[in-house]
Amino acid sequence: METATINNNFKSEEYFINMGPQHPATHGVLRLLLTIDGEIIKKVEPDLGYIHRSIEKMCERDSYQQIVHLTDRMDYLSSHINNEAVCLAVENALELEVPERVKVIRTIIDELTRISSHTLWWGVMGMDVGALTSYFYGFRDREMINDIFEETCGARLTMNYNIPGGLMQDIHPNFVKRVKEFIAHFKTKLPEYDKLLTGNIIFQKRTKGVGVLSKEDAIAYGASGPVARGSGYSCDVRKHHPYSALDKVSFNEALHTEGDSYARYLVRIQEMWESVSIIEQLIDNIPEGDFKVATNAVIKLPKGEYYQKVETARGELGVYIISTGGKNPHRMKFRSPGLSNLSLLNHITVGGKIGDLVATMATIDIVVPDIDR
Amino acid sequence: MYSSLIITNNIHSWVLSLMPAAVTGITEMMMIAMIYLTVFAVLGLFLVLMERKVAAWFQLRIGPNRVGFFGMFQTIADALKLLSKELTGTDKADKFLYNLAPYFLIISSLMALAVFPFSENLQAFDINIGIFFLIAISSIGVIGVLLGGWSSNNKFALIGAMRSGVQTISYELSVGLSLLTMILLTGSLQLSEIIEVQKSGWLIVQGHIPAVIAFMIYMISGTAETNRAPFDMVEAESELGAGFHTEYSGMKFAYFFLAEFINMFIIAAIGTTVFFGGWLSPFGITESIPWLGVFWFLLKAFALVFLMMWFRWTFPRLRVDQLLTLEWKYLLPINLFNIVLMAIIVWLNFTIQF
Amino acid sequence: MGSEALIVFFLAGVILVAGANFISNLISHKSDNPQKREPYESGMPTIGPTWVQFKVGFYLFAILFLIFDVEIAFLVPWAVVYQEVGTVALVEIIIFLFILGLGLAYAWKKGALKWK
Repeated sequence: METATINNNFKSEEYFINMGPQHPATHGVLRLLLTIDGEIIKKVEPDLGYIHRSIEKMCERDSYQQIVHLTDRMDYLSSHINNEAVCLAVENALELEVPERVKVIRTIIDELTRISSHTLWWGVMGMDVGALTSYFYGFRDREMINDIFEETCGARLTMNYNIPGGLMQDIHPNFVKRVKEFIAHFKTKLPEYDKLLTGNIIFQKRTKGVGVLSKEDAIAYGASGPVARGSGYSCDVRKHHPYSALDKVSFNEALHTEGDSYARYLVRIQEMWESVSIIEQLIDNIPEGDFKVATNAVIKLPKGEYYQKVETARGELGVYIISTGGKNPHRMKFRSPGLSNLSLLNHITVGGKIGDLVATMATIDIVVPDIDR
Repeated sequence: MYSSLIITNNIHSWVLSLMPAAVTGITEMMMIAMIYLTVFAVLGLFLVLMERKVAAWFQLRIGPNRVGFFGMFQTIADALKLLSKELTGTDKADKFLYNLAPYFLIISSLMALAVFPFSENLQAFDINIGIFFLIAISSIGVIGVLLGGWSSNNKFALIGAMRSGVQTISYELSVGLSLLTMILLTGSLQLSEIIEVQKSGWLIVQGHIPAVIAFMIYMISGTAETNRAPFDMVEAESELGAGFHTEYSGMKFAYFFLAEFINMFIIAAIGTTVFFGGWLSPFGITESIPWLGVFWFLLKAFALVFLMMWFRWTFPRLRVDQLLTLEWKYLLPINLFNIVLMAIIVWLNFTIQF
Repeated sequence: MGSEALIVFFLAGVILVAGANFISNLISHKSDNPQKREPYESGMPTIGPTWVQFKVGFYLFAILFLIFDVEIAFLVPWAVVYQEVGTVALVEIIIFLFILGLGLAYAWKKGALKWK
């Protein structure tokens, strides 16, 4: 299966390297075909499909409660947010009003998921540019979040805690206490992250001016999430189309205008601070009430098309459902943030060096199962 | 090397009693060579374990602790594992060069290890051009790297070897120049003489400002010369394969690996000899017990090795062009200026002596 | 010990490497197949020639290294006798290093130090 188009007219000094599916820097099973001239990159072609599992096709034969299980495995670092997207789409289609308690808990766990994804990203970013210790520090903090999730939701990574109509179970009695402990601990750790990487001159020289993306290009390629916000394009779904309890909290959108890797890095660090602030605003006043609203055992959406977008840690995830009134959707499509972000890669790395490619890919922060679904 | 230690005198007379005088010389040399091979192997073992423990300590975890108390025999287990791995090779690799490459590295490390004074009179090869010999020997190691990369018939290995070669030769200049700055104070290249001079104060204290600058340049260049982080772009795991030793497996890989650690120790040992007084104790506390010098020498050398390991686990990597800019546009001019500064200070007799 | 030590250590190094190779050959288990003999490139077969041409930038750096290494070789005897010779040595070295610095500055200006 030779899907790559090999340029037969490249000059004799250019050569062709395969940064293949087995590679520590490509954050998943991604194959990149690079055409290189010495140290300068001439062309980058991603080759996708190595982890395609036909999720969208499987959705056509599953009921809506079963579909929620499948979305965990798309962008597994923001699995809760993926679940929430489907549940919100179904609830809006059925015009169900979920209790306040559910909304607040969903938002708290959303932000915890975002912090967990960003700490993993930070660890891996350090590792990609060579500071091998940051990986362990990022994972140490992530462990605390995983333990909280395990106690309340039952699993550490693919939580599957949302159902259309609410939550599967009420939160564990320890939940509030543990989240508060975590927040107190994490606020002392974020400055440590700054000391280790952000202020380091070598790191800054590796990321400043590297992989520059202008605002017009970001909009043209459909970038979203921290990639777009690093170029000054304000696109946070939580601000523009708030969902769950997001209209009750106040937070700033992290924006930087330079568009290079360092700006994207700073955007994510700032997002972590903002998530901490959101959790602090919500954790003390979780309203009492039911943890779910009763729905039919077999959910049938009325005929029509429904769309719901949420902000995952990677960017804007969209869920598009076409229903013909039956108990399975006729077609379900996920607008994946990673695919649009990955399409930029050729544009921003051409003309740079191989070392820059790795640093840039780390700041674009893709998760390949999200792209391949 | 006919040391004043009683034990070597005894061995010398025992060997002399066993065979005629002509053969004694050769036998003794072979014994010394065997001892040094053992030192080489044990040092390698210990350094690898130290690296893993130090790395674990920085990363908030415990290192190897299963094999032996504190994981002491972990490296022996690793060495046995590597010995029993299959020696593969690629089809189109140039067989002779492919097998020849590790020889250069190991031989240059071993010969460099031979000239260090571990204590008073405890030195295998007291050559009168000591420092110059060391600089020359370290250049031979580069050939091993280039051969290894070229003969592997692998694009990644070739790129890695070329970059590594350029990096090493560039930083050798800085190492040589910073060591020369200290030779101005001692007036001799012989390593035992350098330590004699330091009996009136370690060289880094005698030369104050230019010596401190020379030390900092030396540490940076030494780390870069042995391809350690933050200058290890050539063998960075997250980049292209594993650099120039991608196609070597089993024991052959172990040679490159071992040579890297021994080189690190050699850089640290040169640093202690020239800057920190070698086997002399601080303020001469244990001057009356000469064999304690080994302990002081190893302590200081391992402190510098720890410093190099600290660099590795804290800093991100520099890109290859940033690395070369650092050397040619920053370190080299600073070095040249520093030599002049030290020359002026020695001329004006401003050195601090005790 | 004299310079025969050099030969002894050289031989010791050769014995170490050859010996370890020999032992490894004895105790390793062999299962060779054609797939193992291909060069590694992240799991895919290589496309294009493998022995690519050296870039010119390497030669430039190698020549610069040669020049400065010869300079170091000249500096070594100067450093050893500096304290005995006195003022003349100081003046002489300032002139020498100044000329060399000019050479470095010329190479810098002409862009030879850029890694392309």
